[in-house]
Amino acid sequence: MGVTLAARPATVRDGSGRRRLRVRRLVALFALLLALLAAVTLSIVYGARSIPFHAVWQALANPAGGEADIIVRSLRGPRTLVGVLVGLALGAGGALMQGHTRNPIADPGLLGVNQGAAFAIVLAVVVFGVHSLYGFIWFGFAGALLAAVVVFLLGAVGGRGATPVTLALAGAAVSALLYGLISAIVLGNRQGMEIYRFWHVGSIAGRDFAVAGQIAPFLLVGLVLAVANTPGLNTLALGTDVATSLGQNIRRTRIVGVLAITLLVGTAVSACGPIAFLGLIVPHLARAITGPDYRWLVPFAALLGAILLLVADVAGRLVSGDRLEVGIMLALVGAPVFIHLVRRRGLVRI
Amino acid sequence: MRGVREVPALPGRKELRAGPAAWTFRPRVVAVPIAGAALLVLVAALNIGKGSSHIEVLDVLRTLLGGGDRRESGIIFDLRLPRTLAGVLVGAAFGLAGAIFQTIARNPLASPDILGVTWGAGVGAVAVIVVGGYRGQVSGAAAEIGVPLAALIGGLVAGLLLYGLSWRRGIDGYRMVLVGIGLSAIGYNVVYWLLTVGDVDDAARATTWIVGNLADVGWESVGPVALALALLAPVTLGCAHLMDGLQFGDETARGLGIRVDAARGTLLLLAAALAAVATAAAGPITFVALATPQIAMRLARTARPPLAGSMVVGALLIVGADLTVRMVAPDLPVGVLTAILGAPYLIYLFARSRRSEVRA
Repeated sequence: MGVTLAARPATVRDGSGRRRLRVRRLVALFALLLALLAAVTLSIVYGARSIPFHAVWQALANPAGGEADIIVRSLRGPRTLVGVLVGLALGAGGALMQGHTRNPIADPGLLGVNQGAAFAIVLAVVVFGVHSLYGFIWFGFAGALLAAVVVFLLGAVGGRGATPVTLALAGAAVSALLYGLISAIVLGNRQGMEIYRFWHVGSIAGRDFAVAGQIAPFLLVGLVLAVANTPGLNTLALGTDVATSLGQNIRRTRIVGVLAITLLVGTAVSACGPIAFLGLIVPHLARAITGPDYRWLVPFAALLGAILLLVADVAGRLVSGDRLEVGIMLALVGAPVFIHLVRRRGLVRI
Repeated sequence: MRGVREVPALPGRKELRAGPAAWTFRPRVVAVPIAGAALLVLVAALNIGKGSSHIEVLDVLRTLLGGGDRRESGIIFDLRLPRTLAGVLVGAAFGLAGAIFQTIARNPLASPDILGVTWGAGVGAVAVIVVGGYRGQVSGAAAEIGVPLAALIGGLVAGLLLYGLSWRRGIDGYRMVLVGIGLSAIGYNVVYWLLTVGDVDDAARATTWIVGNLADVGWESVGPVALALALLAPVTLGCAHLMDGLQFGDETARGLGIRVDAARGTLLLLAAALAAVATAAAGPITFVALATPQIAMRLARTARPPLAGSMVVGALLIVGADLTVRMVAPDLPVGVLTAILGAPYLIYLFARSRRSEVRA
């Protein structure tokens, strides 16, 4: 009851307006799915060497072991799959993060997830001598989880549970603390420095199907939790007092949200490094299409995240033959576009 | 009846009367900067006294006031004062810049590095370190003047871009913040791209710069910060009433008679200039601008970051971190310790004040 009340955007008053809005959103959703399909195709076809469509098809359907088959099946295929998974995760995680902190500049890593993962990975390299990507992922994930729990508990100390401001500030403080510790370790350790600075930029290159299989279960659980969290977020957007009076269990909503963000962003970050800008802008773009209803916003943000990530990755490959990692490309191309959009459209406020 | 009107009691304020004139003030807003400044003098003196030949605190203070012997004043004025003074000035500049940004954006996360100004400076400096000069060997004049100058130019360009791109029939706080994160992402990624392009040695040096470092600071980098603070801090303090209005949002601020766009634009440029100058001197000590306004706000128990309080706390944080660094691990840059010291304190403050805090 409270949820449906809260979920209705303020601009829609009568039944026909609501129907129009729903049609518009469904059309947009369909368009996004098509765009994702196009992005996946681009990502498999284009690269340092472009492979014609029929060869791609052949590599997927009945591979003969030729060069094109190897490229598609062991390089671009997994890279694309990881890109889709990570993009979905960062987009949805970013939308949830901005919803829970009610802050338009909340990064999905703000919960301390990014720096927690980075700290654990640096520790793994420097102290435990772990060097394989598969090993990193577990360390990164544990670090992300731990940092998120600490941030959430700190944000909720005393008082009436975590509020947007304390959550954001606790995240910023813990992230800064971990960043200081990372710098202290890395500056004195050449090997740690070497690995950290490449991991830090964020990349989906060189990840194979095993990595995708490693992260996929966590991401799926995270996505389910994220979707389950959206009606509660809609109510929370009215403010904690209203949400409480509508019968919302705020603590549970926050915990589910934090868990979803941690699963999504934590796995994405430990597999691919902090792809910073994506989770920050995608919710704003999605909000411009859907309006403030989180039930639509979160899926849209996830899809947009996957599309943008793949497009940026392909663009990076085309421009410089893999010298420019996707995180950098995303910021260098995405940021000007984002600024342009902000200026032109006046995005929907949180 | 009218003659005997009482001054209404304002909660949390004390009144001060001198004949017909009367003021009200908040005791904590006044006490925090004063107590902080006293503590700052002590910590700074400790920091100056520390080194290969130890000088007692009292001797340091006497020398600073002009009474020391030749040897001590030589050591202090030629060698040690620039570093500590730079710490004080840079901390004050970052604290002030952070307080301004957080107030005009009405967002506790807004700080020069999230809005891109420090990363603009970072691009300038790291480009000089990694790309410019001899490969892997920026030294001598190029390092002493080139890096800070490039940082200053980069920071100012980023500030102007932030202003120009946010301007669209006025400067809207929300738009400014979003444009800022775009700029910040560009700057940050250019910096990291430059790092991956460079040698590991260059990258380590650039990382040191990025974290924030006071070790190589001399008089030549103190000058610009001192000048900028001397010019800009009074202007900012003079604009305090504008921030008092802006914190309530644009409508209310307009209702109070504030020209919102002009005020926000002016304050934005002031904060950007302060942050750029400070970054040029010591690198982007990113945590200071974010945390000190929040720390000062909680110490002074005000609704928005207090300006003088933020300056003093910022200076204290950096000089205190510098002192700790030199005691614990002399090779580390100061920025590492500002976060390690400052973050737990910030967490402690807001965990403690949660029960009484008005929720934002």
